[in-house]
Amino acid sequence: MSTIVLLTMTGLGLGALYFLIASGLSLIFGLMDVLNFAHGALLSIGAYGTWWAASGNLPGAGPGGGGFVLAVLFGTAVGTLAAVVLELAVVRPLYTRPREQVLATVGVGLAVPALLSGVWGSDARTFPGPEALSGTFGLLGADVPVNRLVLIVAAAVVLLALRLFLGRTRHGLVVRAGVEDRAMVTALGIDVRTAFTLVFAIGGCAAALGGALGGLYFGSVDPRQGTSLLIFAFVVVVTGGMGSVTGAAVAAVVIGLVQQFANYYTAAGLGDLAVVVLLAVLLLVRPRGLTGRLA
Amino acid sequence: MTPPHALLAVRDLRVLIGGRHILHGVDLDVAPHGVTALLGRNGAGKTTTVRGVLGLVPRAGSVRLDGEETVALPTHALVRRGIGYAPEDRGIFAGLTVAENLRLAERPGAGTPSYALVHELFPELKQRARQVAGTLSGGQQQMVAIGRTLLNSNRLIIADEPTKGLAPRVVTEVAQVLERAAEAVPVLLVEQNLAVVRRLATHCVVLADGRTAHQGPAGGLLDDAEATRGLLGVGQGPLAPHTAEADS
Repeated sequence: MSTIVLLTMTGLGLGALYFLIASGLSLIFGLMDVLNFAHGALLSIGAYGTWWAASGNLPGAGPGGGGFVLAVLFGTAVGTLAAVVLELAVVRPLYTRPREQVLATVGVGLAVPALLSGVWGSDARTFPGPEALSGTFGLLGADVPVNRLVLIVAAAVVLLALRLFLGRTRHGLVVRAGVEDRAMVTALGIDVRTAFTLVFAIGGCAAALGGALGGLYFGSVDPRQGTSLLIFAFVVVVTGGMGSVTGAAVAAVVIGLVQQFANYYTAAGLGDLAVVVLLAVLLLVRPRGLTGRLA
Repeated sequence: MTPPHALLAVRDLRVLIGGRHILHGVDLDVAPHGVTALLGRNGAGKTTTVRGVLGLVPRAGSVRLDGEETVALPTHALVRRGIGYAPEDRGIFAGLTVAENLRLAERPGAGTPSYALVHELFPELKQRARQVAGTLSGGQQQMVAIGRTLLNSNRLIIADEPTKGLAPRVVTEVAQVLERAAEAVPVLLVEQNLAVVRRLATHCVVLADGRTAHQGPAGGLLDDAEATRGLLGVGQGPLAPHTAEADS
C-alpha cells in the first residue's frame, strides 16, 4: 500500500511538473499555431535563475525561508521576461513564415542549453533548497517527499489562476476566442498580437516556475533538463487536446502516473515507452485528444 | 455611374491566393447612405472582395474609407475605424456563450456599446445570453453575427450573405433588421437572395470572374430583366438555390 501511495504522489508530482510546461505550450499552439520548441529552454532559464539566486548571488535570496521564495520569484520572472523577448524578437517577425518560425524556436531551444553549459558547465549542479522542503511527510504509511506536494499545490494554483484568467478577464476571452478563430477576432477590431505576447508571457512564467520547483524535485539542475521534459510536455499537449488547459491538466496527471507505475512494475525506462504507446492509442481513438477544446 | 462621395472606394483590388489570381482588379463604391449590394454568380469573387477590403487576405490596390487610404492597415486597425463585419460563415465562436460573443465585439475606449439596440432587435439574444453559441440554430447565430455589427457606432456594416441557409421567416427578420440598420449606417451587402436585394439595395455592384462587370443604382439593373439575366444568370427569385435549415 505504501508503495502505491508513494508512486501515486511521485507520479502526481511529475504530472504537476509536466502541466506547468504543457499548459503554456498548449495555449501557445492553440492560439498562435506555433510549436514552441524553445519552451524547454524557458524552463531551464527559470531553473538556473532560481539556482543562481538561491546560491547567494542575489541580495536577499538564499536557500532557505523567504530567501528561497525570493529566488523562485526571481527565476520565474527571468523566465517570463525571456518568453516575452522570444515572442517579440524571434516569433513575431516570423508570423507569416511558419516553417522558419519552427526552425527559429528549435534553434533557441538548442542555443540556450549550450549557453548554460558554456557559462556553468554541462554537469548537473546541486539545487539549494529549504530544509523544510527536503524532508518527507507520512501519508497512509508512506514517507512522501514534501517537494512532490509543493509541485502539486503549485500546479493546482496555476490551473486555478489560468481558469480564472481565461474565464473572467477580457484578455482571457480574447485568448479563448483566438484559439477558435484567430482571423475573426482580428475582424472584430482586436489586435491579437497583444494576446500572443500575453500568452507567451503566461506560458513562460508557468514553465519557469516549473523549472524552479523542478530543481527541488530532481535535487539538481542541468542544461538539458528542459529539453528532456519538453518531449513529455508535447505528449501531454497532444493527449490533452491542443489549446485546452483542463485537458493538459488531466493528461499530465495520466502521463505522470502511467510513467511512474510502468517504470516501477516493469523495467526502468519502459515508463517512457508506455506514455508514447498511450499517446498513439489515444490518437487512433480520439484524434483531437482527450478534450479538443479550451479550458 | 458611381454614388457621389462614396464612403468606401475600392480601386483595382487584386487578390492572389496560393499563386492563383482570385481578383483581377475590382472597382467598388459604397454609397454613403442605404444598402449597396455586391452581386455576382457563384465564384465571381464577392466574398474574396469583402475579405480583401478588410485585409483578411493578401491584397493590392486601393481601399479608401471616407477618403483615408487603408490598404496598408492591419485588419484590426481598419475595423476599429468603424466597420462592423458579419462574415459569410457567421464567424461565431462556438465554444463561447452568446454574451461572450457580443462582449468580444465591444471596443474599449470607443463609446458605450449599444446593447439596448441589439436586444431590442433580437430579444432572443438576451434570453439566451448564457447559452453556448455553438448550440444555437443557424438563424440565432446570424442574429449574434449581426448583433455584433450593431453594438458599436460604426461607419459601415459589411454583411456577407446574411440570409444564406436560413428559413424564410428568419430571412424576413434579418432583412428587416438590415433595413433598419441602413437608416443609420451604410451597408455593403453580399446577397444571393434577389428578393432581399430588391427590397434593400439602393446601389449595386456586380462582379464577374474577379472583375467589376456593372456598377450603378439598384433599380437600373434589377428592373431590367435582360440585364439581370445577362449579369447574374437569373431573372426573378434567388440567384442560387437555397437550403433552408431547421431554424426556430
